[in-house]
Amino acid sequence: MNQTLEKSIFEYSRPGRVAAAQLPPPVGGRAAAEGIGTAVPEALRRRKAPLLPEVSELDAVRHFTRLSQLNFSIDTNFYPLGSCTMKYNPKACNQYAMLPEFLARHPRAPESQGQGFLECMFELQEMLKEVTGMSAVSLSPMAGAHGEFAGVAMIRAYHRARGDLARNEIIVPEAAHGTNPATATMCGCIVKEIPVDAEGDVDLAALQRAVGPNTAGIMLTNPSTLGVFERKIGEVARIVHGAGGLLYYDGANLNAILGKVRPGDMGFDVIHMNLHKTFSTPHGGGGPGAGAVGVAARLEPFLPVPLVARGEGGYRWLAEAERPQSIGRLSAFMGNAGVLLRAYIYMRMLGREGMSRVGEFATLNANYLQARLRAAGYELAYPTRRASHEFIVTMKKQARELDVTAMDIAKRLLDHGFHAPTTYFPLLVPECLLIEPTETESKETLDAFVEAMTAILDEAQSNAAKLKGAPYTMPVRRLDDVRAAKQLELTWKPPQAATMAG
Amino acid sequence: MPFIPHTEDDIRSMLATIGAPSIEALFDEIPPALRAKGLDGIPPGLSEMEIGRLMSERARRDGRPLSFLGAGAYEHHIPSAVWAITTRGEFYSAYTPYQAEASQGTLQVIHEYQTMMASLTGMEVSNASLYDGGSAVAEAALMAVRAHRRSKSLRIVIPTTVNPDYRRVALSTAGNQGLRFESVPYVRDSGCIDHAALGAYAGEDIAALVIQQPNFFGQLEDVDALTDWAHAQGMLVVAVVNPTSLAVLKPPGEWGTKGADICVGEGQPLGVPLSSGGPYFGFMATRMELVRSMPGRIVGRTVDLEGRAGYTLTLQAREQHIRRGKATSNICTNQGLLMTAATIYMTLLGPTGLAQVAEASMARTAQLVAALTRLPGVQAAFTGPRFHEAVLRLDRPAGGVLRALEVQGVLGGVDLSADFPELGPALLVCATETKTDADIERYAGALGQALQASRAA
Repeated sequence: MNQTLEKSIFEYSRPGRVAAAQLPPPVGGRAAAEGIGTAVPEALRRRKAPLLPEVSELDAVRHFTRLSQLNFSIDTNFYPLGSCTMKYNPKACNQYAMLPEFLARHPRAPESQGQGFLECMFELQEMLKEVTGMSAVSLSPMAGAHGEFAGVAMIRAYHRARGDLARNEIIVPEAAHGTNPATATMCGCIVKEIPVDAEGDVDLAALQRAVGPNTAGIMLTNPSTLGVFERKIGEVARIVHGAGGLLYYDGANLNAILGKVRPGDMGFDVIHMNLHKTFSTPHGGGGPGAGAVGVAARLEPFLPVPLVARGEGGYRWLAEAERPQSIGRLSAFMGNAGVLLRAYIYMRMLGREGMSRVGEFATLNANYLQARLRAAGYELAYPTRRASHEFIVTMKKQARELDVTAMDIAKRLLDHGFHAPTTYFPLLVPECLLIEPTETESKETLDAFVEAMTAILDEAQSNAAKLKGAPYTMPVRRLDDVRAAKQLELTWKPPQAATMAG
Repeated sequence: MPFIPHTEDDIRSMLATIGAPSIEALFDEIPPALRAKGLDGIPPGLSEMEIGRLMSERARRDGRPLSFLGAGAYEHHIPSAVWAITTRGEFYSAYTPYQAEASQGTLQVIHEYQTMMASLTGMEVSNASLYDGGSAVAEAALMAVRAHRRSKSLRIVIPTTVNPDYRRVALSTAGNQGLRFESVPYVRDSGCIDHAALGAYAGEDIAALVIQQPNFFGQLEDVDALTDWAHAQGMLVVAVVNPTSLAVLKPPGEWGTKGADICVGEGQPLGVPLSSGGPYFGFMATRMELVRSMPGRIVGRTVDLEGRAGYTLTLQAREQHIRRGKATSNICTNQGLLMTAATIYMTLLGPTGLAQVAEASMARTAQLVAALTRLPGVQAAFTGPRFHEAVLRLDRPAGGVLRALEVQGVLGGVDLSADFPELGPALLVCATETKTDADIERYAGALGQALQASRAA
């Protein structure tokens, strides 16, 4: 990693400098001859040029290349970020999704000019149905949270279509991702949180008390965010379905069970899949993702449009006109098509035998890491349980006795060249680290991680102050988040202006 | 096992460490009745060579027709450096920059993006991007309802000159929270918002007026008058704009006396390939006093323990991972990679280049309209200034004409008959800086032939 900070692109800027190769050729000839004016009426014209950099092409290339070198990434570092499934993003998926014809295809191009693309999308829908055990799939949601929104909106639409208007409560276990309750609110629902028991399973008595005639459904992640399989899923399904509610599967942890268990077989009615996790499309520094949704047969009419269908004349879109009960359109076009192509390529490369090995080796790596970290002295949050594809260690003892927190461990790991695990999530385990190695990491990498974690635990005893100052080898030390939120500097200002304002 | 590195020795020794007899045993907590029976519907795996051949064959089948399509997604030249850098593994395979010390690259790119977008839109602050233009309009409507201090109204006025798909996305997204979208017609002659019809909302309790500039037809609205009118009625103003156009058009921050309150749009024209509709990114900018009502990630500049400048995610108390059910939105991604591409694009074009792209696109569209309306049976539907799109009225159904053009390898525009039946047979056409004299002549020639053929028939 580059440790030298890079100045702002605006500091490279010089008035009048241009990357001239990128300028469009002047519009002359016929257009000029015809004297076509391009004038914008005076009142609608921009008066002052926008603050965009004026740099050469080389300046730009160096600047952004240097910035890239200030990042950790899967391509450069082990990234055991729990709940995020940071596995290798195969280069072939990127290369073949970026073939020139795919990139150039306009979203409004006719179906006849997109049969190759549409065939990929149709087969992706079919494969996702098969791996999840659902009846139908829509690819249009553009992220996990967007898929959640589609899912809960479909649950509401289903109840409404039956005239069951009172059902507006969504039950969410307390360990759930923050997006679950936020989504329920966005769909106009009321959130009811229920606890989990000491071994990480849903508290059935609490669930029984929570359900009733207002229950729209329950949102569950399985394996849960606690890194364990929800063993009582059959019972949960019976209780919720018995009360007239539906089961929503948050696909955040689908990687753990890929090819081993299908959400449809567990009784789920609606699911979303994070294609950027399980099907290895890139995270891109925070997106784009893709949050395809799948449903059981009774919810099929409500799927978001568009969908891809196969008919005698080839592949075609189904939109509002063909799907009158749809919850509607969630994207101006069809969602993150390029991400979907990457997921398609990944699934075709894995094939049926590769697909079930994903769940197996993700689970093997997590259980191995769990066993070794436990032996190294780390306390497991759920010591009696098998790890799924991830597990939780808690630093509550170190926090109490040595004033060393999960955050300190996370920051020190950066100095050892490892990205930190997820910290302080799920919220109900104090001082926790949620660790997910994924199936694409080798035993050597996991062993090196254990060595680093062991050294850090020793340091917590011998030199806690050092630990609390970490990291030391990154481009910056710990940042002042309070100042960032109080003295908002959300845009770059010329140095003198910044001084005057400060 | 294309990407799994384990040898047989590794597996044995790892299982021994765990104390499990087999990998299968690691799944012993899953009730046996639930176990999958196999994935027969998935085809066998392919090597990289095989998938490469398959995808190349499918891409070839889709071809590269000459396209004059716009309607929310625009073909522009993309400098080679944009995607060469954006797909570097350090950007491509990084996560959301929650660990700021190990993510300064991504964070600084976002900060530079926020600076460029704020300046381009004439607003004070920008977020780090949303999913796409359509969802950004939906989020802007929700934000307007949240941010409106004096009104609890859930009503939004969204004229028919706003992209019909944006209107659909807004309704699908915000309708569940009770928002009501009310429409206003356009003037048949100008293709712009009917100010008289809008006047019917004077004095009503409405959260916001949405104004698209250039509007869906490519026509330029009188944004100053509309903004001042809406503010006088106590409404917020949501601007929906094309970022390329802002190099030459008055930015929303300067509309009317006080400027628009929230500015959103589709970021795709800034270096993002058309790619069948995504991934794109939506942008959103606003005034500083509304920043806490804005959804999505925001990056701030701060200092580290040693006083060095650095970047970090800030104002996270608005977001779902902290606020859960009370968050401003459930969104937890931005379209990071696309926003990175746009930042590099804006850097390479600069103020001069972006203005030249906008001007060349306007000139090419004017040239296209002139060439096509010389044909009998083709006329411009609207008068008045426009940006880089235009509506053409035909003397026969547009669908058949488009199909005849398609046979000649020309995608001649978007058929408006489904969304705007009152226009009669009409096409929305677009030409950007990518079109040459020869391209435009080719379209005019093909259209002439298509019209003649169907007249003869």
